[in-house]
Amino acid sequence: MKKDRILPEALPGFRWLLTMAWRDSRKSRTRLSLFMSAIVLGVAALVAIFSLSDHVRGDINEQAKELLGADLVLEAHRATDSAVQKMVDTLGDRRSRDCRFASMVTFPKGGGTRLVQVIALEGDYPYYGRFETIPTHADTDFRRGQQALVDKTLMLQYDAKVGDSIRVGELHFVIAGMLTQAPGRTGLSTTIAPPVYIPFRYLEQTGLLQKGSRFTYSFYFRYADPQKMNRQLSAIQPVLEHEGLNYETVASRKKDTGRQFEDLSQFLTLIGFVALLLGCIGIAGSINIYIREKIPSIAILRCLGAGIRQTFLIYLIQVTLLGWVGASVGAGLGTAIQQLLPLVIKDILPVRISTGISWLSIAKGVGIGVVASFLFALLPLLSIHRIAPLYTLRAPVEPGSERQNLRQILVFSVILVLIILFTRWQMQSWTQALIFSGGILAAFLLLTGVALLLRSTVRRFFPHSLNYLWRQGFANLYRPNNQTILLVVTIGLGAMFIGTLYFVQDMLMKRVAMSADNNQPNIVLFDIQPGQKAAVEQLVKAHHLPVYQNLPVVTMRIEEIKGHNAFQAKEDSISGIPARAFDGELRVTYRDSLTNTEELTAGKFETKPHTSGEPVYISLDESYARRLRVSVGDSMVFNVQGMLLPAVVGSLRKVDWQRFQTNFRVVFPLGVLEEAPRFYVIVTRVPSAEVSAGFQRATVKAFPNISIIDLALVLKVLDEVLRKMGFVIRFMTAFSIATGLVVLMASIYVSKVQRVRETVLLRTLGAGRKQIFTINVLEYCFLGMLAAGTGLLLSLAGGWALSEFSFDASFRPPFIPIVVIFFSITLLTALIGLLSIRNVVSTPPLEILRKEI
Amino acid sequence: MMDYMLKVDRLCKSYQSGARCLTVLHDVSFTVETGSVLAITGPSGSGKTTLLGLCAGLDQVTSGTIELNGLRLDNAGEEERASIRNRYIGYVFQNFQLLPTLTALENVMVPLELQGKRNIRPQAVELLEKVGLADRLHHYPVQLSGGEQQRVSIARAFSTHPRILFADEPTGNLDEETSSKIIPLLFELNREAGTTMVIVTHNADLAKSTQRIIRLKGGQIMEDKPTGDTTPVVQN
Repeated sequence: MKKDRILPEALPGFRWLLTMAWRDSRKSRTRLSLFMSAIVLGVAALVAIFSLSDHVRGDINEQAKELLGADLVLEAHRATDSAVQKMVDTLGDRRSRDCRFASMVTFPKGGGTRLVQVIALEGDYPYYGRFETIPTHADTDFRRGQQALVDKTLMLQYDAKVGDSIRVGELHFVIAGMLTQAPGRTGLSTTIAPPVYIPFRYLEQTGLLQKGSRFTYSFYFRYADPQKMNRQLSAIQPVLEHEGLNYETVASRKKDTGRQFEDLSQFLTLIGFVALLLGCIGIAGSINIYIREKIPSIAILRCLGAGIRQTFLIYLIQVTLLGWVGASVGAGLGTAIQQLLPLVIKDILPVRISTGISWLSIAKGVGIGVVASFLFALLPLLSIHRIAPLYTLRAPVEPGSERQNLRQILVFSVILVLIILFTRWQMQSWTQALIFSGGILAAFLLLTGVALLLRSTVRRFFPHSLNYLWRQGFANLYRPNNQTILLVVTIGLGAMFIGTLYFVQDMLMKRVAMSADNNQPNIVLFDIQPGQKAAVEQLVKAHHLPVYQNLPVVTMRIEEIKGHNAFQAKEDSISGIPARAFDGELRVTYRDSLTNTEELTAGKFETKPHTSGEPVYISLDESYARRLRVSVGDSMVFNVQGMLLPAVVGSLRKVDWQRFQTNFRVVFPLGVLEEAPRFYVIVTRVPSAEVSAGFQRATVKAFPNISIIDLALVLKVLDEVLRKMGFVIRFMTAFSIATGLVVLMASIYVSKVQRVRETVLLRTLGAGRKQIFTINVLEYCFLGMLAAGTGLLLSLAGGWALSEFSFDASFRPPFIPIVVIFFSITLLTALIGLLSIRNVVSTPPLEILRKEI
Repeated sequence: MMDYMLKVDRLCKSYQSGARCLTVLHDVSFTVETGSVLAITGPSGSGKTTLLGLCAGLDQVTSGTIELNGLRLDNAGEEERASIRNRYIGYVFQNFQLLPTLTALENVMVPLELQGKRNIRPQAVELLEKVGLADRLHHYPVQLSGGEQQRVSIARAFSTHPRILFADEPTGNLDEETSSKIIPLLFELNREAGTTMVIVTHNADLAKSTQRIIRLKGGQIMEDKPTGDTTPVVQN
């Protein structure tokens, strides 16, 4: 008897697969939900950032005019001549102007002095938006008389009140109000240079308008007809280029602000993405163990006639649906978190940030979360192909087939490609995307490697003479199906982020602080007029302070580089000369010798005074020369306040810019600039804060036009800026740490049945609740220590590499913060671990066994 | 001409264990007539379960042929074997092998659902009533006793009206009293359905209840005889 071969029948429909997926998940839903919660925070971070970006883009569009305060702004870095003034007077329907510069102010009430940005304003600027002041009418009041608007932080710092006076140069102004917000200004920019507004008409009388000092003149125009502005702007373009005037329109400001925000948003998105990847790795680990537990059920299904594909689809449906749920919860959480983000970044952005539901961002976040969790879950799910129905009879010996390995390689490749594509989407550059993706891969591999090494080292050197509880707690890290390495990687990455961030901040602060150690200068006086030079030097000496440097500074612009002017450089990209080189102002000095912070690297430094008829040989900082694409022998033309001055690059110098003293990109020889408008800079050192305060008061009183940079103030400002930036990064990094802890909870849940069995066995053998509790405490402490140790070890390596290759300083790791980070993460891990198993320890074993098994 | 449900010819099964090749079944041949009941016995490690797994399409042969209901199992692909299992084979396992997340009723329904059949609930309920579990339809395996779980397993095995039923130590996890109730139930349902049945067992009484006993030792057939007849048969 021979019958026909049988071919597989039509598969039961998708509905049956759904039903089976639902039925099979009955006893595991809580567990599966916990697995999937690992992606919740990553998706939340992404949705929060996407939503914020979405809203900020809208806010920038809506508030673009308020950012600039006018339709058109022209900016000049020197006093305008009559021709330019004439042109300015023809522009716009309404006009305002201001002159801004750095200067010392004094609060006579307390005697405090500080370097601020003085802005002398004329006209009704801003035309869009307004100065936000306390009292509100101060915005208009201060323009009427000899009154000033003073930045809020400055007033709080010097305990100044409205109605007090402030001295700017030679004049005293009554403080009309406290400035809380000005158009286009960010909290960060006011931290660095707090503004003081005064009416323009008093500028002359302040005595601060000295030749050679650094001033920026801005002209603000309001247009009723935008077409008119475009016509006028086209017409004056040649003059603007010729006079070296910059201009800004609402559109260009919008673009600039948008670009700044995109950089920030890109950075935060990538941090969020790393949190998502961590969560996905957690999912892969948990699903791997879940599938191992499901082997009997899978084998039974196969035995009853379910095909490999059907069985695979049942579990794929489960994880995909849960991925949707996890991503959706994450999207909800992200939308809620978005409400907090404006508080976090308010000091960095110059716009009022709105919040709300962004469906596009939710769709993007959920999409990324679902795809990522699907792919990562696919890796362990592929092992279903290996589970033979024979398992119902006995565990078969079945090595992974080559086909199976190929499938896993394929999924790995897809994951890697998608990571690269995502980062490319964020960074808009293939190179950066590849570097970032490679970096992530390397970080994960490195963390895994260090974790493995650390774990095996600890195992090798673990004191086996310790009592049973300690040994058992430690041995638990090696139990079958343990997730130790996975947890060390996820929690360790968070520790690495926090550690590295801290070390970089610490290094930056130490670098600046150390620059003033060992009798190094810590005070710079600048804007000293030629006539004041001798008197100021005398004042310094009268306070028994040393004069380290007393140098002339001349302000100029680059007119030509190797025969190319700004326009030609812009048109000719082959020359490689950056068009930006022509934009800014240069401050140069002239001298006949190198300083102790300089080292000649090429050419010959001109030590003799220049003789007429000979080329002017200048010396350039070598990195600056690299940027300008010039070398020894190349020609340059400088514009010294209207006068063109040809020169030849005679030498290149390596300059140590990290010292707190004046360094120059360009040094002229003697005999060229002596007659040019200039000011002097004196560098000294004060031994204490008291001497510094007294000296500054005396200087400002005698020479109100002189500005003082105090290293103590620089440190304070730097600290504030790093604190504000660091807060944003820490906020996002918290998602990675939290994801690591969620993965920890999930993996504890995964091993719960095993833990229950162990507990029951231990109790049967006579272990008390306290002993079982101790074993678990020790296990989680070991785990936390391994994770924190791995992360900190890598961040220390990173900190060392940064100090060695980037900061050029010896790396001294801060001991106390390392200990604090180490123990905080260990304790947090132990706490979360104990919370997750508390019912295992405290409930009668039989009761749990009935529930769990 | 004799009608065979199962025909095994020169069957070998070996496993690779490191560098060593372990042969579990060596040149095994026999046939099982349609509608007959056969017991396979033998000491532990004799290859009983391996033979059952191969005959039931749960594993792949190393060499030799297996024909079940006229269909070659030895050269069928995994998906094809899955379909054969679902349509022609029923299983009863020593440790019941019920899906822990499904109720008794759902466990019985699954094979029918895999066949794509509709309105199967009454049929599954009837089977469970037949095995005496009318009041346990919605209980999960963990809520049932061992005997009850095996009843569900038997009901599930007969749900698709299989042509052949393989039972691996069906009473191995049950006490004597429960076993004495399960075995008659199994045989009764088998008689009703006219199914061919192959039972792997250590239980001599159970083996004697069948029509024929094959005794394995060291992966080879030592004895193949009808029950009540102890004369060894010569293998061909």
